Amino acid sequence: MDFARSLALTAPEILLSVSGLVLLMVAGWGGDKASRLISIAAVAVLTACAFLTAPTLWGQAMGAEVSAFGGQHRADTFAAFAKLLIYASAGVTLIIAQPFFDKARAMRAEFPLLVLFASLGMGMMVSAGDLLALYIGLELNSLASYVLASSLRTDERSAESGLKYFVLGSLASGILLFGMSLTYGFTGTTSFAGINAALAGGLPTGATFGLIFMLAGLAFKISAAPFHMWTPDVYEGAPTPVTTFFATASKVAALGLLMRVAFEAFGGQAQAWQQVVIFMALLSIVIGALGAIGQNNIKRLMAYSSINNVGFILIGLATATRAGASAMLVYIAIYVAMSVAGFVAVLLLRDENGEQVEAISDLAGLSKTRPWIALAMASVMFSLAGIPPLFGFWGKFVVFQAAVQADMIVLAAIGIAASVIGAFYYLKVVKVMYFDEPADVVKGAGETSHTVLLVLSTLAISPLGYLGTKCVGTLANYAAAALFPVG
Amino acid sequence: MNGFPILSLMLLVPLVAAVACLVVPREQARSVALVATLIDFVLGVILWAQFDIGGAQWQFTESAALFAGFSWKLGIDGIALLLIALTVFLMPVCIGASWTSIDKRQGEYYAAFLLMETLMIGVFAAQDIFLFYIMFEAGLIPMYLIIGVWGGVDRIYASYKFFLYTLLGSVLMLIAMFWMVNEAGTTDIPTLMAYNFPAQAQTWLWLAFFASFAVKMPMWPVHTWLPDAHVQAPTGGSVILAGVLLKMGGYGFIRFSLPMFPEASAQFAPLVFFMSMAAVVITSLIALVQTDMKKLIAYSSVAHMAIVTVGLFAFNQQGLEGSMLIMLSHGLVAGALFLSVGVIYDRLHTREIARYGGLSINMPYYAVFFLLFTMASIGLPGTSGFVGEFLSLLGIYQISSWVALICTTGIILGAAYMLYLYRRVAYGEQKNADAAAMPDLDKREWAMMVPLAAVVLWMGVYPESFIAPMRKDIAALDARLAQAKPKGDAQPTAGKPMAIAHEAAHGEAH
Repeated sequence: MDFARSLALTAPEILLSVSGLVLLMVAGWGGDKASRLISIAAVAVLTACAFLTAPTLWGQAMGAEVSAFGGQHRADTFAAFAKLLIYASAGVTLIIAQPFFDKARAMRAEFPLLVLFASLGMGMMVSAGDLLALYIGLELNSLASYVLASSLRTDERSAESGLKYFVLGSLASGILLFGMSLTYGFTGTTSFAGINAALAGGLPTGATFGLIFMLAGLAFKISAAPFHMWTPDVYEGAPTPVTTFFATASKVAALGLLMRVAFEAFGGQAQAWQQVVIFMALLSIVIGALGAIGQNNIKRLMAYSSINNVGFILIGLATATRAGASAMLVYIAIYVAMSVAGFVAVLLLRDENGEQVEAISDLAGLSKTRPWIALAMASVMFSLAGIPPLFGFWGKFVVFQAAVQADMIVLAAIGIAASVIGAFYYLKVVKVMYFDEPADVVKGAGETSHTVLLVLSTLAISPLGYLGTKCVGTLANYAAAALFPVG
Repeated sequence: MNGFPILSLMLLVPLVAAVACLVVPREQARSVALVATLIDFVLGVILWAQFDIGGAQWQFTESAALFAGFSWKLGIDGIALLLIALTVFLMPVCIGASWTSIDKRQGEYYAAFLLMETLMIGVFAAQDIFLFYIMFEAGLIPMYLIIGVWGGVDRIYASYKFFLYTLLGSVLMLIAMFWMVNEAGTTDIPTLMAYNFPAQAQTWLWLAFFASFAVKMPMWPVHTWLPDAHVQAPTGGSVILAGVLLKMGGYGFIRFSLPMFPEASAQFAPLVFFMSMAAVVITSLIALVQTDMKKLIAYSSVAHMAIVTVGLFAFNQQGLEGSMLIMLSHGLVAGALFLSVGVIYDRLHTREIARYGGLSINMPYYAVFFLLFTMASIGLPGTSGFVGEFLSLLGIYQISSWVALICTTGIILGAAYMLYLYRRVAYGEQKNADAAAMPDLDKREWAMMVPLAAVVLWMGVYPESFIAPMRKDIAALDARLAQAKPKGDAQPTAGKPMAIAHEAAHGEAH
């Protein structure tokens, strides 16, 4: 056992843990006054981690030589792709959180630390090669997330959201753990490769139950219907930067984990979970679309939109092909950009007292009073609806193309037809902003850092994004290749 | 001009101007828009002048592998050339029509129009199937905003209806495109046009494409978004909607449905005939009872488009050429008619026919132009409408006498509702004082009417200018369709000449 090599392969994780602990000390002695410094240091750490991770992706590292600690941890291209997205999302969260909490006078030194530890957990999730590593990563992430959701301590909604997230999240973790123990019981191993080998001969009933329970637990984490109920409440209640974190980094990590489990542990028994995934995908698309129609809170709307989008991502999973996996990764990357743009735009909406504006009706006539924010928001909405030439279309494009290539034409046709329902409520937001008379609620000035982030993310989802399709597509193919070594 | 990317330039000019419109002061946005559309018009003229009639099928081709999964690939044949020419010709007119009537949020308005121009040219010039789809679908966004922001009373309902109807139609087409690309292994439209898809699959593919094009066309019974959208859109929006957007459906049939799925097209031709015949009769009758001028013209558009579809599915050269000519002519004439409505709408702010009357007394020049466009819409010989309708009906007569017969009633009904409209608006007594006080055309309106009138007459008197560029492409399409051509219902057999008897009779008379 080459211990030193294992340590080298887990360098980003080690760096995150050590610097997290050091910054914890700083927080302990410096108190909340040091929060700004800690945030900056945390962003620097995340950037360093990203630089440590990137060569793996470009170098197309995969297989046994990047497997650390006896297969518990894999530093392969897939993990690298997901981790880059996670680190970027976490960095964005920290950048937008500082001014947000400063304004609310609620910035606390532990906030950036929790984000760091959550990112660490997420990194472990997407690198997991074993059920144990999976669970440790998942819980590390979840516990940090529960606290993050309620980090606005004076706000009732934030506390409620944290509590709800905790209760339902623990339930899901329990279900997942139960599924894992069943799987272990029927296969005799906790490693993904071992499970796959043990199930090569067929799927015993007990393992099927294990698989279903694991899928249910993970579906909760990615907020796929019918396990989506917590999402709108948590998204609405959590402070907006935290919601951004949940919509981006948490989503990437949970989906990455689901892909690991589905393709690596149960890859040989794809037909056993494909039907379940198809069901969840279509249900998520429809529920995400129908649920959003009646919403008047922009954050709740984004929550339903995320359920809707997870449905599309799951269509890629349902194909159980390498092209499908690659398409999922492309979609996830684009979804992260759309979410960042959407939530940062929401952050910029403040009334004259500096309070957040979240009601959609208050956005009325935004195109007259704040034309550029309205334009960015409209781009996000059309992009989420998947209308070309905005970049959100590309995500749907690759996913449905993969579905058609996998000969799942009916699924593709139903899925894409259902996307029209979703277009309705995205249009509603645009309608309110562009067609209605100004409500003149949004008055406050935004932060420079927010504006910069909004411009960057909006440019990424604008038609200019297509110029990046080759790059993103190639990297996603590298990443997907790690999950399908032979395909 | 070899190697010079003129098509990309034509796409770029309005796009850059659209961004410029958003940042310049709003009083200057219209000037920016006018200059940009005029530059594009000049480029269009150069394009036509440089187009080698009878030369290679695809000209001005450019290709750049910029994206994963599809490429930036442009190129035009004669059919696309004519439609691009129509687009760049109508755009300055649209800007002119909006010159004074748009008084709020000018920058965004002109930006949306310029974006539309880019996308429409892109649709006609795209040689990559996914590039086509992106351009085709992207038009929804600016059109949604144009109808919703600057439209009339029911604009919000109309904008939703327009958007969701056309989106639902199009997404299924995307799935069909994936299947085709997967099967044929290329996204190149010319290659796909020559690819023989299995007949079984063609049926499904054809239906998926039909779902999109029928809505865009629009064909009865999925035409209901059109009157709403037309009526609620501002004048410029109506002109571009009727003039160019409706042609995308017909272009889709010519470019995709017919050459890519000839067998399925033949199989479904009776369905298309049925829908078109129903459209001609039903929408013409609906047009007769309209009290709103724009709605009347909108319904007449549906009727005209129905003749386009029968002509296309006639599977012969006359039908195809006729359909193309109707599309061009309708683009000009319907655009001009909406413009004529816009002229008096700007003065009286109502589209109620009953509020006007006797306009030929106080607006004689206007009445002349309006009469010309009315006659062109009816299809009077000497105007553009006649040539296309005549050829189309000639084409369809070879396939089915009944379809030709019923579609011809459309011309008669067309004359009825258009002349009735004209009588109520321009003739009779001046029963409304405010309508009687309206001034005649001003210089700006003259500048818009004269070119339209000139081209309408040109196309009516010497249609060869417009048929020549596309003749070879239509012939190629006809050859491609020959394998699936359905049999006509009339099978004329050559008569036996009675030469001997005639000669004998001749001799006896002497």
